Amino acid sequence: MTGPLLEVRELCVEFPTRRGTLRALDGVSFDIAPGEILGIVGESGAGKSLTGAAIIGLLEPPGRVCGGQILLEGQRIDDLPRESMRRLRGKQIGAIFQDPLTSLNPLYTVGRQLVETLRTHLPLSAAQARERAIELLRQTGIPAPEARMAQYPHEFSGGMRQRVVIALALAGEPKLVIADEPTTALDVAVQAQIIRLLRGLTQAQGASVMLITHDMGVIAETCDRVAVMYAGRIVEIGPVAEVIHHPAHPYTVGLMASVPSLADTGGRLAQIPGALPRLDEIPAGCAFHPRCPKASQRCRDERPELALVQRTRAACWWPIVKSAAA
Amino acid sequence: MTGHGAPAFDRPATPATVAVEARGLTKTFVLHTPWTDRLLRRGGPRRIHAVDDVSFTIARGRTLALVGESGCGKSTLARLMVGLETPTSGTAWVDRVDVAATLSGPEDAACALRRRMQMIFQDPYASLDPRWRIGNIVAEPLLEQGLILRTQAPARVAALLASVGLQGADVRLFPHQFSGGQRQRISIARAIATGPEFLVCDEPTSALDVSVQAQVLNLLVDLQRERVLSCLFISHNLVVVRYVADDVGVMYLGRIVELAPKAELFVAPRHPYTHMLLAAVPDLRSPGRERAPVLGEVPDPLAPPPGCAFHPRCPHANERCRVERPALLPSGAVQVACHAVQEGRL
Repeated sequence: MTGPLLEVRELCVEFPTRRGTLRALDGVSFDIAPGEILGIVGESGAGKSLTGAAIIGLLEPPGRVCGGQILLEGQRIDDLPRESMRRLRGKQIGAIFQDPLTSLNPLYTVGRQLVETLRTHLPLSAAQARERAIELLRQTGIPAPEARMAQYPHEFSGGMRQRVVIALALAGEPKLVIADEPTTALDVAVQAQIIRLLRGLTQAQGASVMLITHDMGVIAETCDRVAVMYAGRIVEIGPVAEVIHHPAHPYTVGLMASVPSLADTGGRLAQIPGALPRLDEIPAGCAFHPRCPKASQRCRDERPELALVQRTRAACWWPIVKSAAA
Repeated sequence: MTGHGAPAFDRPATPATVAVEARGLTKTFVLHTPWTDRLLRRGGPRRIHAVDDVSFTIARGRTLALVGESGCGKSTLARLMVGLETPTSGTAWVDRVDVAATLSGPEDAACALRRRMQMIFQDPYASLDPRWRIGNIVAEPLLEQGLILRTQAPARVAALLASVGLQGADVRLFPHQFSGGQRQRISIARAIATGPEFLVCDEPTSALDVSVQAQVLNLLVDLQRERVLSCLFISHNLVVVRYVADDVGVMYLGRIVELAPKAELFVAPRHPYTHMLLAAVPDLRSPGRERAPVLGEVPDPLAPPPGCAFHPRCPHANERCRVERPALLPSGAVQVACHAVQEGRL
């Protein structure tokens, strides 16, 4: 199959509140190709996690999809009945969340949770499922997997727990894995192990990954492409190296500059003035204009759409174009 | 020892270069274990050595950063330094005043000491009372210490808020009306309200987004320079530390394994654990740099390995490392606790 695995078209999500309806996602569109790793980056409240939740149909009410389409292998999945969606989750789309402790059931052994997931999605006997579960734990680098099967989540360290969650997410051999901040709760040293594992295992299964994180470092070493979100919209999307080294949107430029780097000698960090607007106060025109050094009258009046600028697509009236250096 | 009983305001005539000192600081927590458990294991109560014989000094107006993975005892150490925990043994001095002894002593001396040291906590969602207005939150330490009259409070609070980049009108609002970065600014305004000399920052930016983190770090550095604050900065992130610290200490299972000036530590790290931490940092501006795979995880602090606690993860460990614990010894401008470094194997 040559088409994209996942297509998201003009996705909108809103939250009705007493003081009016808040638009949390506003016209988000992107594709993920088979086997591709797409990073989604942005500040808290930019809509990254919401995008992931909308795709797997786990929006917290009263949040609801109010427009757009989500297609998996060409089939719409945003209007599926609850039962078919439940079947799809785990089998077609695996999910990994930030906090491994809350994604595991504390009352069941790790083995039981794995076997249950496997047998829900695959036609396996109890013995086969057990064997497969041990194999999964081994693949995720857990030592002594046979003994670990009988243990409860609290007997695992944070890094080991996240390995179990990855094993669970991959149990149904999904085509797409949505990983929402999978390393944020972990120490840097363990982070590197988990990222490597996630990349290796999804590659081996040929699965695509949507990696949601606020950590540009993780994006840089893991993803093929990256989408930068701001105030419920994608402001720039493109190949990772291009977005990091030749960003076109002023927000991406500011975001990249504010990431601390070992290559710096210390001194001052670059900072973007101001803060992400609240959902009920998203400015007209380009949502970034009050914080943007290049904002003009046009930015205040008209909202820019994504358009090709050099090698990335950016939603900006005055994108930063570097003369063809490097 | 000048600490006990000395009036807290007794400052030396010439400014001493050392503002803060820890010597042999140790904190042991006793775990509650059911008696049946103890009977079965045939042992006493189990203990965790959260902080184990830690010594350092911070010169006036300088910043010492302590870095380490979760559970290495860095937050406990921060709490010991401001007297939120009492040390099992060892002493923390702030300007030659013994922290633990003074805080448990007469109230006026304790009160005077408290105003000279303040702490900023990690989670600005948990550290501000949700039912208090910002004006009251910032004014509380000033009024509590009797430093100003209630009528003077609005002006002082406005000045403090301005110095952290917030607006005077914000005094009427509640914490939930602010973003994470703004809340951390409020905590900072409250912390500097009493004009402290010693500021302890426990992971002040780990709950914040990168762009906001940059704002808060820059603010902290500016305030520190302006007010000549001595800082203890706790973080799990080596890269962040590079922007704020003068000296860096690396902690592992309750002990400092390397203590070095910033330039030394980042350019020529000595301890294998420091190497490992540096190699594990993802870096945007060094494209194609593979993160070194890190071996293993932090061992169980209840049953730390004998010898050097790092030896199970260390590529350079030998028989001596498995048996004998290395002491923190000077090696040039740096202090390192590693047999391999001291024997010249590394």
